[in-house]
Amino acid sequence: MTRYDGNAIAGTLEDIFGGDLTTAACVCGQCGQSGVVAEIAIYFGGPGIVARCPYCDHVLLVITRHSGMYCVDVTGFAQLSTPSALA
Amino acid sequence: MARTAIPGRLTWQQATVVETRFDTPQVKSIALTVPGWSGHRAGQHVDVRLTAPDGYQAERSYSIASAPEDGYVVLSVERLDDGEVSPFLVDELRTGDELELRGPVGGYFVWDEPLGGPLFLVAGGSGLAPLRAMMRHHRATRSEVPVRALCSARSLEALLYREELMELAACDPFDISITLTRVQPSAWRGYRRRIDSDLLAEVAWPPADRSLTYICGPTAFVETAAAGLVGLGHDPARIRTERFGGTGVQP
Ligand SMILES: [Zn+2]
Repeated sequence: MTRYDGNAIAGTLEDIFGGDLTTAACVCGQCGQSGVVAEIAIYFGGPGIVARCPYCDHVLLVITRHSGMYCVDVTGFAQLSTPSALA
Repeated sequence: MARTAIPGRLTWQQATVVETRFDTPQVKSIALTVPGWSGHRAGQHVDVRLTAPDGYQAERSYSIASAPEDGYVVLSVERLDDGEVSPFLVDELRTGDELELRGPVGGYFVWDEPLGGPLFLVAGGSGLAPLRAMMRHHRATRSEVPVRALCSARSLEALLYREELMELAACDPFDISITLTRVQPSAWRGYRRRIDSDLLAEVAWPPADRSLTYICGPTAFVETAAAGLVGLGHDPARIRTERFGGTGVQP
């Protein structure tokens, strides 16, 4: 499967979080490497979007969508700075 | 999460095609007007949504190839023969047609004048689109930040914005290098090989100059270029990457 990066899902993330998430700092829950969401590995083609750590391949984020509703699992991050609702 | 209409929230908008032009046999640039467009930063994307008569929808993300100062939102769309969206955009879309889009999105792979430089822009194939936006923005703002660019294409015919690159190459703050990896004209004086450490060492700024680097293209290209620069001593924190920009990633 082709590997993309977090830039590719900027629109989906902004739709979900209400602001730009690609510049957000994040920390992998498995290996502890920190980075920004734009640089995480993104895969399409399954039932949704899967984001993995570019260092250890740990699943960081899964996004699926059913009848206009997003289902978002961010439990793979040890830390994720989401944008402020007032930004 | 409910999708309520909060002001400023990302919404789908109707854009109108004002002009289309083939830049290469596989890539068409589409100029759009978007009523109420909030403006964009050089390097940002839009998501495009097509709806089939039966209601089926497909979305793709495209880099904006125009500068904020250009007046139109330009997308350079590469025709992927097995694609759901790009054959329609390249072959069917006409001047006056409407297109649904949302954006601009993405705040990472962007360059504005205050970010400074010197700039090193590295493009593989249609990954040149967001970097072209940066170069046009640079010119429109009369920036004096020195720019080196390295553009890789299979052949001269496949090189995007060819004439514009030649014009830029004649301007003072720009130093444009082109490598043609498969087919070269007989009198070609540019590079003739795939990007590698030696080529990067020749073309990039010396690491001591602390250049700000943007790399966009197919995934393998981006990985090679980024790893090559880090290997030469460039600071990874000064390298921003985007994989497959412009080629219509499915969000
Ligand atoms: Zn990890």
